Amino acid sequence: MRSDNRTHPAIDLFFVMASLACLIPFWLILMVSMTGQNALTRYGYSFWPAQFDFVAYRFLLHDAEPILRSFGVSILVTAIGTFACLFVTSSLAFSLSRKEFPLRRFLSLYVLVTMLFGGGLLPWYLVYTKLLHVQNTLLALIIPGLLSGFNVFVMRTFFATSIPPSVVDSAQMDGAGDFRTYFSIVLPLSLPVLATIGLFSIVGYWNDWFTSLVFINNDKLYNLQYFLYNTLMNAQYLQSIADKAHIDAATLQVQPLEELRMAMAVIAVLPVALVFPFLQKYFVRGLTIGAVKG
Amino acid sequence: MNAMNHTAPALQAAAPADRARRPLRALWKTRALLLLALPGVVLLLVNNYLPMFGVFLAFKDFNYAKGIWGSEWNGLDNFKFLFATGDIWKIIGHTVGYNVAFLVINTCLSVLLALLLNEVRGRIRSKFYQSVLILPNFISMVVVAYLVFGFLNPDLGFVNKSILEPLGREGVSWYMAPQYWPYILTIVNVWKSVGFGSIIYLATIVGIDREYYEAARIDGAGRWKQMTRITLPFLVPVIVILTLLSIGHLFNADFGLFYQVTLNAGMLKETTEVIDTYVYNALLVSGDTNLASSAGLLQSVVGFVLVVSVNLLVRRLDSDKALF
Repeated sequence: MRSDNRTHPAIDLFFVMASLACLIPFWLILMVSMTGQNALTRYGYSFWPAQFDFVAYRFLLHDAEPILRSFGVSILVTAIGTFACLFVTSSLAFSLSRKEFPLRRFLSLYVLVTMLFGGGLLPWYLVYTKLLHVQNTLLALIIPGLLSGFNVFVMRTFFATSIPPSVVDSAQMDGAGDFRTYFSIVLPLSLPVLATIGLFSIVGYWNDWFTSLVFINNDKLYNLQYFLYNTLMNAQYLQSIADKAHIDAATLQVQPLEELRMAMAVIAVLPVALVFPFLQKYFVRGLTIGAVKG
Repeated sequence: MNAMNHTAPALQAAAPADRARRPLRALWKTRALLLLALPGVVLLLVNNYLPMFGVFLAFKDFNYAKGIWGSEWNGLDNFKFLFATGDIWKIIGHTVGYNVAFLVINTCLSVLLALLLNEVRGRIRSKFYQSVLILPNFISMVVVAYLVFGFLNPDLGFVNKSILEPLGREGVSWYMAPQYWPYILTIVNVWKSVGFGSIIYLATIVGIDREYYEAARIDGAGRWKQMTRITLPFLVPVIVILTLLSIGHLFNADFGLFYQVTLNAGMLKETTEVIDTYVYNALLVSGDTNLASSAGLLQSVVGFVLVVSVNLLVRRLDSDKALF
C-alpha cells in the first residue's frame, strides 16, 4: 500500500494539467503580442510564433499616453475607492457592533434590506445621472462600489467576536469616547479583516468596467479595463490609438493592430500577475472569512 | 422609534414627556456612533434606497424630457408590451438555464477539486496549485474576453487557424454561430470560477477533526474510503447551503460573462441573451426605457422572493449561514 505522505502521481498529473489550462490562455495572448506581422497573417495566433517581433511594444512605448492615462485613472480610482470603502464600511460596522447604540437594530435591518432587494438598472442610472449628475466624472467610478451590505456584516461580526469586549470597556472607562475607541482601539486591532476587505475592494475597483460602460463617454476618463474593452470592441478606437503612435509609417505597410491589441492586454494583466502570488494567501483567508460569516 | 424596545421597564412608569425624551437622550449619548454610521447610511440611501423607490417607473411611460415626475402613468402597459412577443420567456429561460447548469457543474467540479487538493501532500505544492487555480477568478471579464477572442477570432484565432484548418476543416465564424455558445460560456465560467469555488470546500475539509481519519486508519480504511466515508459526508451540509444560496440568485446572470465574452454580438443573442443583458441593451443601446424598467422590476421582484425564501430555508438548516 502506498505511503500516506506522498502525492499520488495521477493526482499530480491532474493538477499539472489543470494549472496549464488556467495559464495557457495568458500564454497565447502574450505570444500573439510578440508575433511578427507576416507570421501572424499566415499562421494566425499560435503558442509559439514562427517569427518574433516587438513592434507592438515599440508602438506602445512611442506614444504611451492613452494607456498610461488609463492606468492612472485605474490607480487613482482604486486607491481612493479602497480607502473610502474601508472607512465607510468599518465605521458603519463599528456603530452596528456597539450594544448601547439605540439605532443598532433598525440600521442592521436597513443594511439587510439592500441585500435583498434592488431597484434595477434604470432607477439606479437615473439617480446617478439626473440627481447626482456625476456622469463623466471619477465619482461615478468610485461611489457605486463603496459599500456592500455583505462587507458591513462581515466586519460587524469581526468587531463583535474578535475584539475582546474588555479592551473596549476599559478604554471607555479610561474616558475614551466612541471616536477614540474606533480610531485607536478597534481599527488597529482589526487589520486582518481590513486587509481582506481592502484586497477584495482593490480587485473590485481594478477590474471594474461596468460603471465606465454606463457612465463614462469622455475618453480622457477611461480606466484601464474600459480602455481595453474599447480596443477590443471598437476597431476604430484601436485604429485611432495606433494612428497616434504612428512611428514606422514608411517601413510598415499595415499597422500591427492585432499585436497591438494583445500587447495592451498583456500590459494590463502584468501588474495583477506580478502582485498576485504575494497576496494569494490573503485572498484565500478572505474567502473563508466570508464563508463563515454570522 | 426603535430605541424604545431596549429601554428598561422603569421607563414605562415615567411621565410621558420624559418618555419621549429618554430615547433622544440615549441617542444623544451615542451621537458619535450616529455620526460614524452616517456616511454609510447616506451611501445606501443614494445607491440602494432611492433606486428602490424608483421602481414605480415601471408603471410609467418614461420620457427623459418629461423627467421622472412628469412622465405619464400607463398602468401595466409596459408589462403587456414586455410579454407581448414571447421573447422575455426565452430570455428568462436562458437566465435560469445557464444558472442551473453553472450551479450543477461548478459545484461538482469544485467539490472534486477540493477533494483532490486535499490529497496533495506537501504544503508548497498544494499552495502552488491553489494559487494557479484561483488566478482566473481575479481577472476582469474584459481580459477574459481577450483570452477567448485569442482562441475564437474568426480570421486569426487559434482554433480556426491551428486546429480546424490543419485538419482540413473550414473555420467557424464563432461570433456568428449561436449554437456553440452555451458550451463556450459554460467552459469559460468553469475556467473562471471552479478553482475559487473549491477553496471554500477545501477550508471545510481542513477543518475536519483529524481524529476521524486516525480512527478510520486504525480500522484499516484506505484513502478512498476516508474520502468517501468521512470527507464527503462532512461536505454535504456546506454543499446544500451554498446551493440554496445560489438558488436565490437564479434570476441574476453574470452580466460580464454574457456581455463581454460574447462581445455583445447581435447574432449570438438567440442563445446568449439573459435578463441582465436585455435590460442593459434596452436602456443604453436601443433606448427603450419602458422595457428596461419593466424587465428590471420583474427581475428584482422574483429575485427578492427567491432570496427571502431561500434564506428562510437556510435558517432552518443552519442559522449561522442565513442572511437573517
